[in-house]
This record gives sequence, C-alpha cells and structure tokens, in this order.
Amino acid sequence: MSTATEAVRLIPKPTDSHECQLLEVSMGPQHPSTHGVFRMDVALDGERVVKLKPVFGYLHRNHEKIAETESYLGSMPYTDRLDYMCSLTSNWAYALAVEKLAGIQVPERAEYLRVITAELTRLQNHASLIGFLLQDMGASGTPLMYAFREREKILDLFEALTGARMMCNYMRFGGCRVDMPAGWLQQAQKVVDAFPRFLDEYEQLFTENEILMARTQGVGVLSGELAVNAGITGPMLRASGVNYDIRKVDKYGIYERFAFRVPLGDHGDVYDRYMLRMLEMRESVKILQQALRDIPPGPIMDPKTKIRGFRPKAGEAYGRTESPKGELGFYLISDGSSNPYRYRVRPPSLVNLTVLEGMCLGQNVADVMAILGSVDIVMGEVDR
Amino acid sequence: MDEQLKSELSKQGIFATSLQELYNWGRKNSLWPLNFGLACCAIEMIAATMARYDMARFGAEVFRPSPRQADLMIVAGTITKKMAPQIVRLYNQMPEPKYVISMGACAISGGPFKQGYNVLKGIDRYIPVDVYIPGCPPRPEALIDALMFLQKKIDSQQLTGADRARHLDPDAPSEFIVPQFGAHDLEPPQNPEIWRPPLVEISLAEKNDAGSD
Repeated sequence: MSTATEAVRLIPKPTDSHECQLLEVSMGPQHPSTHGVFRMDVALDGERVVKLKPVFGYLHRNHEKIAETESYLGSMPYTDRLDYMCSLTSNWAYALAVEKLAGIQVPERAEYLRVITAELTRLQNHASLIGFLLQDMGASGTPLMYAFREREKILDLFEALTGARMMCNYMRFGGCRVDMPAGWLQQAQKVVDAFPRFLDEYEQLFTENEILMARTQGVGVLSGELAVNAGITGPMLRASGVNYDIRKVDKYGIYERFAFRVPLGDHGDVYDRYMLRMLEMRESVKILQQALRDIPPGPIMDPKTKIRGFRPKAGEAYGRTESPKGELGFYLISDGSSNPYRYRVRPPSLVNLTVLEGMCLGQNVADVMAILGSVDIVMGEVDR
Repeated sequence: MDEQLKSELSKQGIFATSLQELYNWGRKNSLWPLNFGLACCAIEMIAATMARYDMARFGAEVFRPSPRQADLMIVAGTITKKMAPQIVRLYNQMPEPKYVISMGACAISGGPFKQGYNVLKGIDRYIPVDVYIPGCPPRPEALIDALMFLQKKIDSQQLTGADRARHLDPDAPSEFIVPQFGAHDLEPPQNPEIWRPPLVEISLAEKNDAGSD
C-alpha cells in the first residue's frame, strides 16, 4: 500500500476494557481551515486531542529539484510561488543568497526599494493572517474582508511597481528589476499613512473582544525554551518571549538605519501571537515612513552584474531574511556552472509546524484550528 | 416563443417563459462553489469573493466546505500526484449537476511546475472541465469572467434532445475513476474516457531523401 492512501494508525487496536474510546479524525487535506492542502490525523478523547500527526506533501511541487536544473535567474519566479502570500520577501532571500555567493553589491536605492516592498509585504501578510485566524475561529467574513480591503491597496502598489499582484518577480541579483513609476512614492505614502487608522479599527474589533480572549488566551502555549530548541523563528518565537529578529541580528540590507522595536510576547499563547503581529505591523509602518522619507535617487542595478550567462564561482552561501513567517533561508552550492549544484530552502512555515503536536495536546479539537491559524503557514512553502 | 410577442406580453404584465429557461436561470444564478483551495490561485479566489471584487454579485458567494452542498468546483492551484486522488474523490462526491472551473496554469497543464516529477499535468485528465482560466495566478477579474462564461454555458444547456446537458444524460457518467498513488505514477495516468494524449503526426522522410542534407 502506498503512503498517500494508507490510513495512519495512531490508536492501538481497541482492547476489551472499554475504559476510553478514542476517535480518530482526519482533518484535511480538503478542510476550510487548514490553509491549503494540509492534513492532520488527530486522535480524540471526547473533545480533547490526545495525539496529532501532521501529514505533508500534498503540495510538493519539486521547487528545489527544478531550481537545480534552472539557471540562477530562472529560479527567481519560482521563489514567488514558495510563499505566495509574500513573494517579495522570498525574492529578497534568494537574491541575498546569490549576492553572497557571487559577491555582488547592491546600490542604495535598490536597498531602499527592497525594504519598502518587504515591509509592505509584511503588512499585508500579517493583516490577512489575522483575518484568516479569526475566520478559522468562526468570525466569518468581517475580519477577512477588512484585511483584504487593505491588502488590495497594497497589491495595487505592487502591481504598479512590478506588473503583478502576487507573483512579483521583482528582485534581481545586484538590485531590482525596474524603478518605481511616477507618482508611486506618493501613492505608497498615502497607503502607509492610512494604515495605522486601519490598525486602530482592526484592534478595536478584536483586541479586547471577549470571545477572542476566551478562545485564545492560554491556548496553544509554546514555551520559549521549546521554541528555541525546535528552531522556531519569526513572530511565533517572539511571541514566546525570545528576542530574535533577523532584521536586528543580521542587519541585512540596510535595516540598521531604521529605528524600530521588536515586540515580544509573554505567554506564548495564541493571543500573544495575534497581538505580536498587530504590534509588528505598527513597527513596519514606522520603518516604511523612514524608508519612504529617505529613499535616495540613483541606479537600481549594480552595473557590473552580468545578468545573462550568470555563473558564480564555485562555493556555497546561505542567505537568510526575516520573512513575515520567520527565517527564510536559501542555501546554495555552486560548482561554477550556470545552475546551482544544490539549492535548498529553509522554509519557516515547515519548521514552525514541527511543534504543532506539542501545542495541541490536551486542547479541545476546536482549538486546533486556532493554534494552526496562529502558526501562519503557507503550504507552498511547507511542501515546496 | 416569438421574442417580440414575449416582450409585448411582458409589457402587459404577463411573464411567459419555458421550463428550460426557468431551470437554467435558477441554476446559473445560484452556483455554490466548493471551499477548496490548492495553492497560490486560492488566494486570488478568496480575493475575488472579498469586498473589492465581490463575486456575490453573481450569486456565487456561498462557499461550502462540503462537496455534498456544492455544485461548482474551482480547481485553484497546482495538483500534485498525492492530491489528485482526493480531488477526483471530491468531484465524485458532489451532486449533479456539477461544473468545474480549472483556474490557473497549473490546473490546466501543470504550469511552471510541469517538469516536476510530482505534478499532475492538468486536472482534465481525470474530470471534465467546463471553463479554463489561464494565468499564473489569474486575476480575480479573470475568475469572475470565467464564472460569467460558465453562466452563459449553463443558460444555453438543453434539457432534452440529443445535445442535452451532461447531467441529464442517463448514460453519461457522474463519477470517474479515482487514481491510485502508484509506485511510479498515478494509476491510471489518465482517464482514457475523458482525456487522450493529443495525436502527433509524424511523417517519415522518403527513402530517397535520406541523407540529402
């Protein structure tokens, strides 16, 4: 029997003593709240989760293998489709890895453009994530509608800049593909200026909402120690109180120029993860305000970089960025040819999912959806 | 019925229609899609139902999580070989009449991931597709266009006769083979009743011409 069709036996065969009867439920791959094609085999004792086994691979589309046969630049559009909610940060992580590998410098204006697009991406990702999280908990419609209303404004900016709403394919090795069109900066300024008002409205809806607090506080607690040991990164790690933000640690790009704080959680529960993203959006707005103010004129591409027939010398490099979901890294090994010898993605979604069982054990089955929603996964990145 | 007479009657407050028109009118204006996203296109599908694009204007906003309550399947995203059996099973579970929109390059042909070893090269190998939307991913407007196209298609379907709609033909199948995740590929690799590889005409050179260039 093959692995896909095989029913996973979580529960031992029932014995004669009828003390407890466990129920095995397969949640997914078609499920309204699994954020794509993800399956969890859950063993339930009444409403309580006794065992949880995540099953991956329903969206494994051979990203790494295809990238090893493509040219370096040819992989850039595929990185868009890794984490399809935030293509621009994936672009940046890959560009960073290749730039490290080939020793390419990036002009200042391009660095600013990268920061602006990445932080806009973070805004729309976090806003939509909170919408999805609340949708999973039963607030159908309103939160997601509000989030997507704002997301559309940001996608309009992406479309004007890169020509695509979602699959931006914008970064290049040594800069960005195109410069901003006329009036884009003013438009971006308008969107960024209006964003805190949306956040206030959003927070007014949720932050002190009794139902949200009852559903999320003390649910899915992840201790800081376990988070560090399991390699959790991003908002999930910081919600557990560990101060680790790659924008601050690595200071990649030009992040050391911006004044922003790293919000931290206390309890590591779902509510903290929700609140942390709210605060992070406000910090992103601060970064955006500074970047939009300071962006200098100049070239957007390093003129020395050869785009066609790009062959970095043999070696290896690991480039990582703080994507909205966590540490997104690309590990490349070059053998001097036009395509990478090994291309490996370190997906934050997958690594953050590994502690799912630990967070869900002993919780109610309805809370599993809230916990999964707060992890912030995108299956394109989990399965690659 | 004569169109002129019909409009004349409607001015008198008399509504004349045929059962077919009434049936199709009701059917096309209340399509309930299956709440089912596979990959990137699903985000655009969600965007199409949100405030700016608002698919509800076309009667298709009630996304049902259960295939038993849905009559439109929007295959939105890359179909892997691990997922294909589940999709066909979901299609089989939907009640008739049912329609399929194949959204995006991946669902049509495998798209950018076509060379991948784990990617199905088009869902039309296993289930019949009514509308294809190209794009990677297609914009929400494209999805709405596809929906309107499907509505036109439903509007023109015949209830009787030789060219009646598929679901009214007792001989036409309503369920299709669910492929198995085999050792090397899906088994069968396609449903021959629905899809066959396109015929390629190969003309061999004449014997005399061999080696002339």
